[in-house]
Amino acid sequence: MPLWLELTIRVGGVVVAFLTLPLIVGQAEHKVMAHMQGRLGPMYAGAFHGWAQLIADGVKFVQKEDVTPRAADRPVFQLAPLVALVPYLLVLLVIPLGPDDLVGQALDIGLFFALAVVGVGVVAVLMSGWASANKYSLLGGLRAAAQLLGYELPLVLAAASVAMAAGTLSLSGIVETWEPWWLLWQAPALGVFFIAGVAEIRRPPFDLPLARSELGFGDRTQYTGLRDAVFPLAAYVGIVVIAALTTVLFLGGWQGPFGDDYLGWLWTLVKVFAVSFVIIWLRVSYPRLREDQLQRLCWLVLVPVALAQLVLTAAVKIAM
Amino acid sequence: MTAADVLLLGLGAVAVGSGLLVVTTKHLVRAGLYLVVCLGAVAGLYLVLTAELVAWVQVLIYVGAVVVLLLFAVMLTRAPIGASDDLDRPGWPALLVGGGAGLGLAALLIDAFRWTKVDLPEAGTAERLGTEIFRSWVLPFEVLSVLLLAALVGAIIVSRPDIGTAGKGADR
Repeated sequence: MPLWLELTIRVGGVVVAFLTLPLIVGQAEHKVMAHMQGRLGPMYAGAFHGWAQLIADGVKFVQKEDVTPRAADRPVFQLAPLVALVPYLLVLLVIPLGPDDLVGQALDIGLFFALAVVGVGVVAVLMSGWASANKYSLLGGLRAAAQLLGYELPLVLAAASVAMAAGTLSLSGIVETWEPWWLLWQAPALGVFFIAGVAEIRRPPFDLPLARSELGFGDRTQYTGLRDAVFPLAAYVGIVVIAALTTVLFLGGWQGPFGDDYLGWLWTLVKVFAVSFVIIWLRVSYPRLREDQLQRLCWLVLVPVALAQLVLTAAVKIAM
Repeated sequence: MTAADVLLLGLGAVAVGSGLLVVTTKHLVRAGLYLVVCLGAVAGLYLVLTAELVAWVQVLIYVGAVVVLLLFAVMLTRAPIGASDDLDRPGWPALLVGGGAGLGLAALLIDAFRWTKVDLPEAGTAERLGTEIFRSWVLPFEVLSVLLLAALVGAIIVSRPDIGTAGKGADR
């Protein structure tokens, strides 16, 4: 296969994943939340159980007026949604779907790349929060920055533990060396990574920066139209990214009960959707954390657990 | 000129240009955002030079943490939208020091290398970097960690003035 064709197929595949997976997760959120709350959720768009609801939402957003507040810092305000979305798209590039190079772009340090790029998303929150020239937006942006700065540390430490265990920073390499008993050995890191990941994408119960009831919608308050639609889209891609990273790092990625070689992609997708389901479940189950509870959880629980896990990983690694 | 040359020149121009904007713009927060662009371009330079780990460390630490902390602090204290006209700190000492250091380094490097061609070393993978740091460069690495520890302790002392005074009161 010529290089350009391979490249086109790979990038095309990632773009397709980028366009479909978040919508599936978003639709699942609508339906799962509704059923957990004894409702039906969207039922009309697309006739069958409202499957086209998010597409209809998208059409609605496109038709709306794109307003930039007069007092806002125009270029920064308009650029922020893009900065929020692009990092997640880049992360999807390096997440392996199956064995034998079934990945957008295999990187030797894929794990590092993913964490670095996810971290850039903070800049977008600060940009949108500040440039809106709105005190609720600014408060939301500051809350988000304080939260993301704190939670990045346990996220990276937990990921470092599994990288130590596998002896590689390549995401495919980590899945290859993964064995089922790691579920037990890396269980604390799994918990820390998952919680910190949910906080990193600001999903409930860590949605203090958005806090609809006290801040309007945090840093998104002033956005309208298509730009406003980009933020929830980025949030859904964020769910997919965190679920996929959890899957690849801690749940064995494409390793399944049988047929890893040809069914690997299916196992990965099943695990990604299972983890996404749990993230949605959390939103329905837990109330929002207060700022002090948020920081306490991060610095007094997650960071020490992650550090202890690092020691445990090193000890087991040396003993073996 | 190869593709790598073009990329190096382009990224270098972006880095220098955005760096200039950082110090010349009157918009406080935008200066921080230009810094993101500048550091990102430097990370791109590392990538072109095949030092991929250093490049992504640059993004993770500088863009993801240092600049964000800086922006956070600026927004927390004073961050008007639009130009701040009261930034009256004289620019010439910084110009002197910065320009002098930049020109001096440039002259030194140009004089040292002229047109000699330097082959790219092996790619800066995580593995190679790890072996180098933990074999040849262990001592500087450990000394640096002591420096960081001192900075941490210093930060705690500065942010909590009650520590020192309470101790003194009890001693005397």
